Amino acid sequence: MGLFTVARRELTSYFGSPVAYIVAAAFLALNGFLFAAVISNSQQADMSFVFGDVAIVLLFVIPGITMRLIAEEQRLGTLELLLTAPVRDWEVILGKFLAAFALFILMLVPTGLYVVFLVAFGHPDLSTILSGYIGIVLLGAAFIGFGLVTSALTQSQLVAFIVAFVLGLILWLLQGLAVTFSGGVASVVSFLGLSQHVSNFSSGLVQSDDVVYLLSLIVCSLFVATRILESRRYR
Amino acid sequence: MIEVKELTKFYGPRAAIADLTFTLEQGRILGLLGPNGAGKTTTMRILTGYMPPSSGVARVAGCDAFRDSLALRRHIGYLPERVPLYEDMTVDSYLQYCGRIHGVKGVTLGRRVREIVETCNAGEFHDRLIGKLSRGQRQRVGIAQALIHDPDVVILDEPTVGLDPRQIIETRQLIKSLGGRHTVVLSSHILPEVNAIADEVVIIHEGHVVAQDSPANLTQRLQGEQRYHLTVRGPLDDIVRTIKEQEWVRKAEGRSSAWDVCELTVHAADSTDIREQLAALIVTAGWGLRELTTTGLSLEEVYLKLTTEEEIEAA
Repeated sequence: MGLFTVARRELTSYFGSPVAYIVAAAFLALNGFLFAAVISNSQQADMSFVFGDVAIVLLFVIPGITMRLIAEEQRLGTLELLLTAPVRDWEVILGKFLAAFALFILMLVPTGLYVVFLVAFGHPDLSTILSGYIGIVLLGAAFIGFGLVTSALTQSQLVAFIVAFVLGLILWLLQGLAVTFSGGVASVVSFLGLSQHVSNFSSGLVQSDDVVYLLSLIVCSLFVATRILESRRYR
Repeated sequence: MIEVKELTKFYGPRAAIADLTFTLEQGRILGLLGPNGAGKTTTMRILTGYMPPSSGVARVAGCDAFRDSLALRRHIGYLPERVPLYEDMTVDSYLQYCGRIHGVKGVTLGRRVREIVETCNAGEFHDRLIGKLSRGQRQRVGIAQALIHDPDVVILDEPTVGLDPRQIIETRQLIKSLGGRHTVVLSSHILPEVNAIADEVVIIHEGHVVAQDSPANLTQRLQGEQRYHLTVRGPLDDIVRTIKEQEWVRKAEGRSSAWDVCELTVHAADSTDIREQLAALIVTAGWGLRELTTTGLSLEEVYLKLTTEEEIEAA
């Protein structure tokens, strides 16, 4: 199926270039540093602050993964190959999404070492940690969705990176904007912000509204990216 | 196999192609001929389902290019103007990828890649990274990519650009060999190329079809006026005047080559052959007819003529 062919090529291409290694190294180095700092300060076997930091690192690491996905195909002219092959537009988008998501999960796996450390030297609440990871995985997937949208919009990887980063940052910071409003508006703005949902997960709460919100962000961005790809045909 | 009817495509207010109509039978090779910006690439992009037309119909293998785009794309192998290559892949893995997205699988895929590498003369660099290949090698990989899934219809946009003369000849032979089994559309702005490869030629200029025919017929049909070259022994001025008086002659001019021999060029009024009339005229007048030949227009001249005539019309 076209979907998996696209995903497979993309994943191979990640590991064929320095991108995957550099991004993964940056991700792990930053998180390792922050993990060490947080734990040595708090002296508690608790990951909830660490997850907050991971979320911020993802804010600029994920656009680094996603910036090339479609922008590069446009620059090379290979998009014409994909769009004239018997592959549906959503298969292209979903394939690319899966590849980036797989790389993201692979990057996340070594952070399991943190958990190992905590178990070895303390008594962490593993279910809270699991819930935190669910939040991070959903957040990462949403950022990948944003990155796909911006990468579909432009031929320039730099532009794709910056716009995806800013988009994520705005949604992340929306929480802070909520205080300037009152009543219903405040609660809507606060709900749309990402940080509250993520901190719910990292404090051990897996709530349906958080899950539904993040999932709908993912689905929406994949839908928008597909429509942008389709619209390239009309230009 | 290919049916294009009143195809029109606007980019903003500008029509890249207007009322394009032509058909192509199964197994034939069609050359789309026209200067840069004539609408060749636009036509091909519509035929491959890359973009929809503004109006009109394009059908390939019975599939509408817009409504049954996905079904149509299964029948097509396409080499775009910019060869779509991933520089970080080897030739083999790239061709496997191209095969897979066209639904070629397993054992067949491996066999097809070997065959096509052989056919396109890519054997010597099949395991190299595409980013390290020369322009000619890339072009060959591009053609291989268009053929990997053994499509019914092969669409090649400027397939010989960037090749050296030896490779151009090889590529032309390759394309010619596709005829019969595959239906081929290729675009070019090089006349001898289309003349050498194609069974049929469609000449486009500024988005309009100017002519469609076989290369030979096209030359003949578009001659409209036939030209003749004569070598005659006799007084130049008298000869030219006498010839010009005939109603079947539109124009005659000459120059003396030796002291009593002159070279003449005669344009006939229409496409009927006037060689015998010319010979009779000269012999009757008592001059010495030494040589009389027709000089047909080459397709290159036809082409120049077509485009100039278009320009005059437009102005």
